[in-house]
Amino acid sequence: MRTDDLIKALDADARSKAMPLQSAWWMAACAAAVIAAIVFLLTIGPRPDFMTAAHTMRFLSKFVFTIVLAVSAFALVRALSTPGASTGRAMAWMAAAPVLVAVAVVLELFMVPEALWGTRMIGSNMMICMGFIPLIGIGPLAIFLWMLRYGAPTRPVLAGAVAGLLAGGLAATFYAAHCFDDSPLFVATWYTIAIAVLALLGALGGRFFVRW
Amino acid sequence: MSGKDEAELSRLMRAAIAGDEKAYTDFLHRIAALVRGFVRRKIVQGGVDPEDVVQETLLAIHVKRHTWRQDAPVLPWIYAIARFKLIDAFRRRGRRIEIDVDDIAETFAEPEAETVSERDINRALDGLSPAQRSVVSAVSVEGRSIGETAAKFGISETAVRVSLHRGLAAIAKRFGQGRFGRE
Repeated sequence: MRTDDLIKALDADARSKAMPLQSAWWMAACAAAVIAAIVFLLTIGPRPDFMTAAHTMRFLSKFVFTIVLAVSAFALVRALSTPGASTGRAMAWMAAAPVLVAVAVVLELFMVPEALWGTRMIGSNMMICMGFIPLIGIGPLAIFLWMLRYGAPTRPVLAGAVAGLLAGGLAATFYAAHCFDDSPLFVATWYTIAIAVLALLGALGGRFFVRW
Repeated sequence: MSGKDEAELSRLMRAAIAGDEKAYTDFLHRIAALVRGFVRRKIVQGGVDPEDVVQETLLAIHVKRHTWRQDAPVLPWIYAIARFKLIDAFRRRGRRIEIDVDDIAETFAEPEAETVSERDINRALDGLSPAQRSVVSAVSVEGRSIGETAAKFGISETAVRVSLHRGLAAIAKRFGQGRFGRE
């Protein structure tokens, strides 16, 4: 087939329409949040003292970390799914959540006596944390990988990993409402591992599933 | 040169998205020539036919045109897709990638004309369902309109459009998965 012939075919198909990628991302984000909320409420749900806990800094800080992660990953994954879009600024914002966690860890180390560091870090919930963050995040991750297929990521593995971080940030936001371990030492350890699992799955999905 | 191209091409693409088919024809012919120039410059050794990459890029641009943001420049978008398809072609041929992905040589790419040879897209076409293949061939190789194609096969215009759309999407997908041609 000559290229001019191919152009005739593409032309004849010019009327076919698809939803603009950027709008589709917003819909995907809403769908993912709904799925995560349903899985969360059907399984573990918020902790009973949620309203009281909401007055403590440590409890609230968890949401700051996870929401900042989700928002920055959302911006980056949208840029990565668009060919030729600049990603530098979005990439730099990805440092925000880790920096906030690091600052919180340092503050915690100053405030808590050394003897308690271990207890705070181990907490009481680590297995639930490592199980439920991936569980809540797996549905959203599947949606985000579909979105990457719908888009056109020129770096699919990286885009998949960031989709995993986005799913992780979203899942961890819900999970944080359940978890009794509010210490940044716990969050920095176990949330990170659980979210890294999703990022790894996302990278694998990007490698093998996101083809275009 | 590049700045003028940019303004003109994004205008054509916006018009095409708004439903101007003539603008889309114009757009596709211009980017075919640009991408051809870019790809030929990048392929310094044999093994990959530049025109195959041009066709894969055009198909990808077509099926992924919803990824272009209308407020963003169109040339970086086009070259990012062309570069991706070029790297893909090298990878499929099992070659070491010898091109510099951050090269800005695309600004020097001049429009070039096609050379004719056996195309990967013909092999990809063979993988379609018989109905899709005959519709895609009728519209492309035989150059029939949607209406003429519908009359030829005795089916509705909508059915022609659906077969064409699915056929093109299927070819683009096969290219993406590298499941065709001379592996």
